[in-house]
Parts: sequence; C-alpha cells; structure tokens
Amino acid sequence: MKAKHQRLVLALLAVVAIVGAALLAMSALKDQAAYFYTPADAHRDKVPVGQAVRLGGMVAGGSIKRAADGVTIDFTVTDGKDTVPVVFRGITPDLFKENSGVVAEGRFDATGRFVADNILAKHDERYMPPQVAGEMHKSESLDTGAKAKGGRT
Amino acid sequence: MSADVPRSDAAKRGLRLILWAPLVLFLIFLAMFASGLIRPGSRDIPSRMVGKPLPGFALPEGAPGHPPLADAAFRQGQPRLLNVFASWCVPCAAEAPQLLQLARAGVPIDAIAIRDRPQDVAGFLAKWGDPYAAIGSDVDSSVQIAMGSAGVPESFVIDGKGIIRHQHIGAIEPEDVPAILAAVRNAR
Amino acid sequence: MIAEAGLAALWLAAALAALQFAIGALGLTRGREAMLLSVRPVAMVQAVLAALAFLCLIVVFVRVDLSVALVAANDHSAKPLMYRFAGAWGNHEGSMLMWVTILAAAGGAVALFERRLDERTLVATLAAQAFIGLGFYAFLLFASNPFSRLFPVPAEGQGLNPLLQDPGLAFHPPTLYIGYVGLSVAFSFAVGALVTRDVGAAFARAMRPWVLGAWIFLTLGITAGSYWAYYELGWGGWWFWDPVENASLMPWLAATALLHSVTVLATRDGLRAWTVMLAVVAFSMSMVGTFLVRSGILTSVHAFAVDPRRGSFILALLVLYIGGALALFALRVGTVREGSRFDPVSREGALVVNNLLLSAILGVVLIGTLYPLGAEAVTGEKLSVGPPYFNAAAGPLALILVAVMAAGPLMRWRRDELRNLVGRLALPVLLVALALLGLVLLAPPIGIFPLLGLILAAGVAAASVAPLWKRNLRRTPLFTYGMVISHLGIAVALAGMASETAFIKETLVAARVGETQTVGPWTLRFNGVKPVAGPNWTAIEATLTATRGGGRPYLLTTQARSFWTPPTETNEAAIQTVWDGQLYVVLGKGSDDGRWQLRLWWKPFVTLIWAGGGLVAFGGFLTLVGRVRRERRAARAEAWA
Repeated sequence: MKAKHQRLVLALLAVVAIVGAALLAMSALKDQAAYFYTPADAHRDKVPVGQAVRLGGMVAGGSIKRAADGVTIDFTVTDGKDTVPVVFRGITPDLFKENSGVVAEGRFDATGRFVADNILAKHDERYMPPQVAGEMHKSESLDTGAKAKGGRT
Repeated sequence: MSADVPRSDAAKRGLRLILWAPLVLFLIFLAMFASGLIRPGSRDIPSRMVGKPLPGFALPEGAPGHPPLADAAFRQGQPRLLNVFASWCVPCAAEAPQLLQLARAGVPIDAIAIRDRPQDVAGFLAKWGDPYAAIGSDVDSSVQIAMGSAGVPESFVIDGKGIIRHQHIGAIEPEDVPAILAAVRNAR
Repeated sequence: MIAEAGLAALWLAAALAALQFAIGALGLTRGREAMLLSVRPVAMVQAVLAALAFLCLIVVFVRVDLSVALVAANDHSAKPLMYRFAGAWGNHEGSMLMWVTILAAAGGAVALFERRLDERTLVATLAAQAFIGLGFYAFLLFASNPFSRLFPVPAEGQGLNPLLQDPGLAFHPPTLYIGYVGLSVAFSFAVGALVTRDVGAAFARAMRPWVLGAWIFLTLGITAGSYWAYYELGWGGWWFWDPVENASLMPWLAATALLHSVTVLATRDGLRAWTVMLAVVAFSMSMVGTFLVRSGILTSVHAFAVDPRRGSFILALLVLYIGGALALFALRVGTVREGSRFDPVSREGALVVNNLLLSAILGVVLIGTLYPLGAEAVTGEKLSVGPPYFNAAAGPLALILVAVMAAGPLMRWRRDELRNLVGRLALPVLLVALALLGLVLLAPPIGIFPLLGLILAAGVAAASVAPLWKRNLRRTPLFTYGMVISHLGIAVALAGMASETAFIKETLVAARVGETQTVGPWTLRFNGVKPVAGPNWTAIEATLTATRGGGRPYLLTTQARSFWTPPTETNEAAIQTVWDGQLYVVLGKGSDDGRWQLRLWWKPFVTLIWAGGGLVAFGGFLTLVGRVRRERRAARAEAWA
C-alpha cells in the first residue's frame, strides 16, 4: 500500500463496506421480505410455494375448525372476492375470531393451503392494521357481505 | 504528514467526491421519510361507504336510560348522525363537546358503543356529556366492521332513507363542525 | 402557578440557548476573548433553567394538577406515586422536555468539567450543542407545549391505563434518552472540531467519556428492553427486529463503532475523518430513531394518535442538523490534516475492520427497517421485513465481527507481525477446535449458525481474557479490565443466544387438568385453573408443578388476563429461572371439552443473553471510571507543570 494514500484507501474501504452492505441487504430482501397479499391478490399473482408472505383479510364466518389435538385450527380468510384456506398451530390472539380482520404470516404449501406460523395480534385494537383496512375498503363486494352478516347480528 | 506531500490530482478528486457521498445518501433517505410523511393517503382509509345503504343491524341497549338501536331508525325520513365510539377511547372524550354542540344545533345523534359495558358507557356520558338519543352496544365490533369503520371514533351522516352521505374518521374537532352541519343539511 | 413557572423557565432556557449559540458564533468569527469566556456560564445557567422546567412538570404530575392539559390527558389521582412521577415523561410532550433537559444538562456538564480541550474548540462545541437545543426548544414551545392549560378543568384525568403502569415502561425511555443525548454531545464535539479544524487526540480524549457514557446507557436500555419484551409479551422471544427495537439498536451499533475509532484517535492520532463521520452518524441514528418512533410512519397502527406536524418538525430538525453537519464534513474534512499512519496488520487495522463491519451491519439494519417505507413510496406495494431478513443479512456479519473482536485486542498498535499474532491466538484457536470437537461428538445435530455461535463464543471468551495473560494484574489499568469484561460479555451473550436457538425445546398441547406434559428434561403436571380478578382485569390462572429428574419441584402460575379499559388480553407468562436456563409457560384458550392450551418452552442458558448485556455495560462502566481517573491525573500533572 502506498502510504501517502492511506486516507483515500480508508475512504474507499468505507464506500466498499457500505455498498457491500447495501448489496447484501438487497439480495436478502429479495428472498426474505414478506409481501402483503389478500386472497384475491394471492390467486392472481400465483405466490410461489414456500415463499414467506403475509395474508390479510377477514376470517370467514363459521369457518374456524379446531382439530382433535386442541391446538391446531383451520379457517378460511376472505376478502369478499376470493378465499384461502389457512392452517395454524398455536395459541391464537384474543382478537382472532370469525368475521374479524386478520393478518397471518406464513407460506403457501403445494396444495394451495396457507400454513401460518404466526397470527398477528395488535396491542392497540382501536384500529385495524391499515393494510387490512385499506384492502377491505378497496373490495367492492364488502357491502353485500356486510349485509348478510348484519342480518345475523 | 500528507499536508506537505503533494498528492496526485486524481486521488484528491476521488477523495473529495467520496466526502460528499454521506450527504447524498442522507438526502436520499430523507426524501423517503418525507414521502412517508406527506402521503397521508396511505393512512387515511378512503371511504367506500358514502352513497351506500347502511347495513342491517339490531343492537341491544348500550347504556341504561337509552333505547337500543337498529338500522330502521335511519329510514324515518330525517337525516341523523351516527357516532361510533367507546368509553375506553380517549379521542372520543375529546370530541364530546363538539357532539354536544351538534346536538344543540338540532342534529339527532345516535351512537354505537364498541366493545363496551353499559355501566362504563353510563360513566362516560355522566363525565363528558350525553348528546345521544339511542345507543346500541356492539360487543364484538361486527356492525362496526360491516359499516366499513376502521376505528373509533367515527361518525356517519345518514339521510332519511338509510343511505350513508358522509363519513368522518377520527375525532370531530371544533373546525369540523360546520362541514358536518352542512352534510346534515344536504342530506335532507 | 407552577405550570406558568415551568413555561417561563423553558422560555428563559431557550433564550439562553440562543444567546449561547450567538455569542459562541460571534466570539469565534470576530475573535472576541470576552465573548468566548462567557459561553461556559451561559451553558450552565441554561442547564439549571431546563432542569427547573422539567421539575415543574414533575410537580404538576405528582400533584395531579388537572388544569394542565397534559396532566388531564395522562395522569390520574388514583395512580401510585411512582407512576404519577414517571407519567411526566410517559407522553410525547413530557418526553421531549426530558430530552432537552438532558441535552442542556450535558452541555452544562461539558462547560463545567472540560478543561483540557482547546478553548476555541470547546466554545464551538457548546455553540453546536446550543444550536441542537434551540431546535428542540422551538419544537416544545411552538408545537407541543407541555404546560398548556385546559378549561374547563375536568374532574378526573384519563391516564389510568393499567398496561402502561409497568416499571419497565417508566424507566426504559429515560435510559435510552440519556444514551441518545450523550451521542449528541459527541456530535457537538465533532462539529466543534470541524469548525476549528482541530481534529486530534485532545478532541478524542474530550469526546471519549461522553461516547462511553452514552454507549453504557444504550447497552443497558437495549438489554432491559429485550428482557421486558421477553417477559411481558408472552411470545417467548427476546428480540423481534421490530422498528422500535431497531431504532435503539442502530445508534448502539454506530456508538460501538465510534467508541473503537475514538480510541484509535486518542491513542494513536489516526482515523481522524472517520471518527468525525461516525460521531455524526451516531447522532443521526438517534435522531432517526426518535423520528421513526415519534412520527409513527413505521408503527402506523398508532397512526391516529400521531400529529403529522410533529413528524415534519423532527424531519426539519434532521435536515438542519444532520444535513448541515454532513455538508460541513464534506467542506472541511479535506483541509483537516491526515492523522498518523499504520500498517494493515496492527491494532488499528483490526479496529478499522471492526468499524467497517459495524457500519455494514448498521447499513443492513437501516435498509431493512426503512425498506417497507421505500417500497411503498416507489411501487405502492405493501410488505414487511422481519426476522428472516435480519438474521440472514446481519447474522453472518455479526459472527465475523465477533471473530475479529477476539483477535483485535491481541494485536500491537501501529505494526504487528502475523507470525507473532498466530502465536498469541494459538490458545483460543485450540479451545475453539476443542469446543467444535466436543459439540460435534456430544451435541444433537443443530443448525450451522447456532453451532458457529457456540464455537465462537468459546473462542472469544478465551481470547477476551487473553490480554490479561502474563500481565501484572495489579498494575493493569482499569480500562483494560473494562475492555476485557465487555468483550467477555459479548461472548456470554452470544453463548446464550446460540444455546437458546440450538437447544430450545417446545411443547404445544391442549391438556386436561391432572395430566402431565414433558418439555426437554422437565415434567410438568397441570394442577388446575381458577378465575382470579385484579383491580381492572379478570383472568384465568393456571398452576403447574415442574420437576426435573428427582429434583425439587417448582410451582408455576400463568395467567391469561382480560382488561376492560381498554379491552385487551395479555398473557402473563410463568418464568422459572434455574441455573442452566428458564422454563417459560404460557396459558392459551380453553376449549369446550375441558382442555386448555399450554405452550411450554425449555430455554437452556437463555439468561446468559441478558447477563452478557449487563457484563458489556459493566465493562463500559469500568472503562469510563478508568479513563476519567487517568484524565484527571493528567490534568493535575499539567496544572503542576
């Protein structure tokens, strides 16, 4: 190393480290960032099997079924246009109930079922996750679904 | 020391360029922050319910001394304000004076109490004032969600035929009162 | 009256900050000696006034003066004294007032104690500190006045949220704030040194205690925050890579890098520009952290509670301070003389690698935290970045960093021979090999990262005490012990993380009362459930008896609580600590057939994570004491000479 350029070399090293970190981050993000899908989006975009994603929507009325082991549940997530069957093993949060908003983290398996590792609970339940609320409002069929539900209330 | 050794021009220029790199990087991040702040659209949930009919519901009594609430109340020919609130919600207390002002101005106001208990609602009304005619209790938020409401407080202006004419998200601030009064007038 | 007195003190403090900045700047540009001399007392008085304003806020909170809007919104007369006291900073306005108070106090302390730095650089530093303070004073006085009155006066306050009455929540933010503000002092020193072009060893020695102090508090804050999330959330995890956690981790990473580069600058007068840059970055990270948390652009679930004006204000401050400092850096640093040089293979070289790796990790965390924001701004797509990304991107870098950490302290300053280094590293390397052999032979098959982590932890633990090898232990300076203990703490924490990841056992069942379950070496009998009630919650409480082998039984109780105001459910995990780990039990929901969901974890040596964090902070404390003592002795020697 030419001694008189040590400062320049250090500066270049710093640039290399930061650029390297950015490249590493970008390549990891490509595989690991969990995109948010509604059931309709998921079917349209054909999410690859095994990719970590978030699935958001409403838990369809009457769809929650408990397995015999007492800790596995099956339910259906709907956005008013499409539905996805979900399986989850674990303790569900308080806010998880039929006809309520839900965000599940996990991946699709080969049969098109969504295997959730985690069901998101919010500490502050005053507001739905904005992602869910935004998507729900986009769905044109919301009011018809709501009417059917309102009748039962 | 390098100060007395003349450096090659290329090295000097290279170093000078690198020195500006942090500032450029910072400005890029800043632009990102600013865009996150400026676009309120991503947070304010756009209302899709305006112009749609109110969903059907019949809720039990939400507070002692108040009649229960059903959607039929909004199909009697007169516009009404429907306020979605909860006794545990701080912004709901903040909008109470504005609701009282609206009630004094002759706007009939009904309410849906979300995930609440009648005795808590009664305490809330005793403390912050009671502008409501009928109060329904929506224990599991199902009507709230059916109305396309994402949180509390929210207020809806509903015309005499049960059609939602205006949706106000968040607490009604003093400066929002004229807009709501206008919406009620237009719904006639 | 007290509220008005507080507001008056705040205005006066703000005016003094303006004065401090003005006379500092004028004195430096015009070269007026008298002006330079008056900066110190102004800084001290400013500190006293800011502290007075904060004291007034505490008094109105303790007295529950409901005519103050902030008190009415956040206090309640039925709260215990401690939470009325802590409530003063448990809200936006109060926490900002606390921030400026610490800022002013730090400025006052610099003015009072710093005697060895060149007077012009010191004045520039205090002017920069006042300039930072001015922004926050303006923020308080114009956008979030903590003392504004409320009329009519409500009968009772609204701040009786039981979830917020937690000692962790009351004292965690101040710890982090002290850390953040300590970094602001480092930032001011850097700006001051850039202004007078006096970047050298004296500057580094003046800055070092502040960096160390800030770093100790950040370390404590992160460790405590991690344990709080672990016991309070009931999810069994100790780090979630949540934006709020990252907001405290990023300044820590930058401060750690700064701590090491400032040592190079103080000891060897090298890495001048780099140290200044890091000081700017470290404070930027604490501002960005505050901004992210306060503006709510990342934790947007709470978006309604956030005033966009506040976010814009902090953003403007960010532009002013960080943008200004970076521009000053670009303009000035080229004219700062280069420091002394060193060989690539030397202590300095190892510290450069440490700094580069820390910066890379910081970059990875920053990009991951902000990516959802950027992606939504550019493509409109909504996504989240979670633990898989951070573990994959930051994990390998962190392991390399820890390996470098093991070798660094064994290298000589300025120039070293690789051959000699290998000799010094032989013992730790041998230990690593033995640990590897032992784990491969004895342990069940475990993942590659936990395996690497365990092996590295063994090697690093050995290497970190190696600097004490063949030294006269009684004449070894305190700061060397500090370094050894901090590095050992990193090894201990790493061992805890790796062991928890590698050997964790989990059982998830729906159990009937009277049944027994096993998790790892433990047998747990489910004794029963009963309803219990607290002041504002009801709960189902489950009791279990845990035994291992024929050992003594432990009784565990865990609750699933329901609060009414606001309606929330929390899981109170039962945590039983034994010498080699923790049992962690969470009660879920009951089903119609009389079974209860139970989640049982056996986490071997998980406690080492926080013990390691504590050791790191303790090492930092020893170093601080050692350095300050040596500085004072040197100052006294100078005074004699």
